[in-house]
Amino acid sequence: MPPMRKVWIVAVATLLLTCQARAETQGPYGIGRVATPAEIAGWNIDIGRDGSGLPPGSGTVSHGREVFEQQCIACHGDKGQGGVGDKLVGGQGTLPTANPVRTVGSYWPYAPTLFDYIRRAMPQNAPQSLSNDDVYAVSAYILNLNDLLPADATLDAKTLAAIKMPNRNGFGVDPRPDVKNPACMSGC
Amino acid sequence: MTELTDADNENELALTSRRHFLRGGAAIGGAAIAGGFAGTPAAQAEANNLPPNVPEWMKAPGDPMGSQLYGEPSPFEKNVIKNIPKNLPQYISASGRTPLQDLDGIITPNGLFYERHHGGVPTIDPAQHRLMLHGLVERPLIFTMEDIRRFPSESHIYFLECSGNPVYKKPYGKTASDLVGLLSCAEWTGVSLKLVLAEAGLKPEAKWVVAEGADAAAMTRSIPIEKCLDDAMLVYSQNGERLRPQQGYPLRLLVPGFEGNMNVKWLRRLHVVAEPAYSREETSKYTDPMPDGSAREFTFYMEAKSIITRPSGGQRLTAKGFHEITGIAWSGHGKIRRVDVSVDDGKNWQEAQLQEPILTRALTRFRLPWHWNGEPTIIQSRAIDETGYVQPTLAELLAVRGDNHFYHNNAIWPWHIAEDGEVTNAANA
Repeated sequence: MPPMRKVWIVAVATLLLTCQARAETQGPYGIGRVATPAEIAGWNIDIGRDGSGLPPGSGTVSHGREVFEQQCIACHGDKGQGGVGDKLVGGQGTLPTANPVRTVGSYWPYAPTLFDYIRRAMPQNAPQSLSNDDVYAVSAYILNLNDLLPADATLDAKTLAAIKMPNRNGFGVDPRPDVKNPACMSGC
Repeated sequence: MTELTDADNENELALTSRRHFLRGGAAIGGAAIAGGFAGTPAAQAEANNLPPNVPEWMKAPGDPMGSQLYGEPSPFEKNVIKNIPKNLPQYISASGRTPLQDLDGIITPNGLFYERHHGGVPTIDPAQHRLMLHGLVERPLIFTMEDIRRFPSESHIYFLECSGNPVYKKPYGKTASDLVGLLSCAEWTGVSLKLVLAEAGLKPEAKWVVAEGADAAAMTRSIPIEKCLDDAMLVYSQNGERLRPQQGYPLRLLVPGFEGNMNVKWLRRLHVVAEPAYSREETSKYTDPMPDGSAREFTFYMEAKSIITRPSGGQRLTAKGFHEITGIAWSGHGKIRRVDVSVDDGKNWQEAQLQEPILTRALTRFRLPWHWNGEPTIIQSRAIDETGYVQPTLAELLAVRGDNHFYHNNAIWPWHIAEDGEVTNAANA
């Protein structure tokens, strides 16, 4: 192979490799910077319905009652009976009636969502202030009030993900349009 | 609204309606009843400004330039304000309505845009705000607001509507605002979400994007990837100026035609995933309970709807003869094709005039010239969108969904006009 041709091939190969490397580190506009794993870990608080993303830690029903009485009772009432905040307890069996009572126990389809929501948004006056252990504990207490966890239980990532909520299969897809107005124009 | 009990809702609506009625009555009736006060000092002063006299505001210079560095409406419009209930149990998670019956055209002024927040309105320094895009992408990225504004921009006019607008149980709102005031429309400017997603590079298994707000609720909703790659936008401006704090300053998601809650405000994170988050908001809250105890989930679209805003509840016709009937129509599925109006309690319908522009997923203004003969009647409007879908009656909705269905009530709302011209919500009769 003539030397010049060899140089040419190497040059083209280098250019292709460079382009490939650029494609991996940069999008079409080259805007923004790469997020580090530590940055993502600090912000990503999403918990999947299967419990994926649940952090280490644990909490007992009895400690959860203490946390609830300090942090939650003002809005959610004694034993989660409701007040300014939602009623959290009871209502199982009422969904097909004229007066459905929708609570964590009667309506929520997935238990890990309880951890996700309490951690991200509760208590309303100081969200993201509870430790993971306290979030497990208060989740355990609310599940216990709904007869979904024994009084002596300890909740962690594994046990929370294993809880099957009563209304898990209560949801269906959007069938709309579900009504048809014939659009009568005269003598209706 | 979702945090309220039904009793709270009723109290709230009853109170705001009374307030609105008093306010509306005073404003509308002002000219007609002015003659009754002839001879009072105020009436005398007013007469001095009427023909043949030269009005006082022509006899001296007005306010100098710079009196208002951010302009405000005339003091005579001080009653055209957000319709915010006075007796809510709390105001951190609450909603405030647009005074639809006081507005013209299709654009909602930014100061009157409806509000719904779940953890209060955060004050965010845009220099310290970041958008994180991660999950099933080739390159997880972090953007500053300057970065977001470097992307190619676009502007579109879209409506935004809360899914609980209104509920299915009586009593129904007395004014157009009480009824469907969780509805507004603006010109939005930002970047197409698909451009931003392409910047990170979607992996083949990417099916949903979970959007999270930087508010105290860390509001979380899952958006199907098809919508994200269609007309979804990341928005930083509204009606030409930067977003108001109540609308998500400095950055919000906009998913045109989808229920308001999904248009996550104060957007800080986009998590690209294979299945929805099943967050509290999209399982225990923004789902639609059916009479058999089941519930519909992921009911995204706001179906076609319309409302007559003039004459409407709380207003009063002060004379027989010509009146223009006008209102707004909209559909999350696209453009409004037709609006029918009935002025005889639904027996006969006629096609209203549609004001251009007729835009996809935006409010469309309709009008019908009308001569009121002074007899009691019921007027109502019915929207039809480009898919052929016809706005249903409340009875048709209730027959399928029952009155415990909370969201997506797009019923026809009839206004009763009494012999004295008073307009009330006929659905409460």
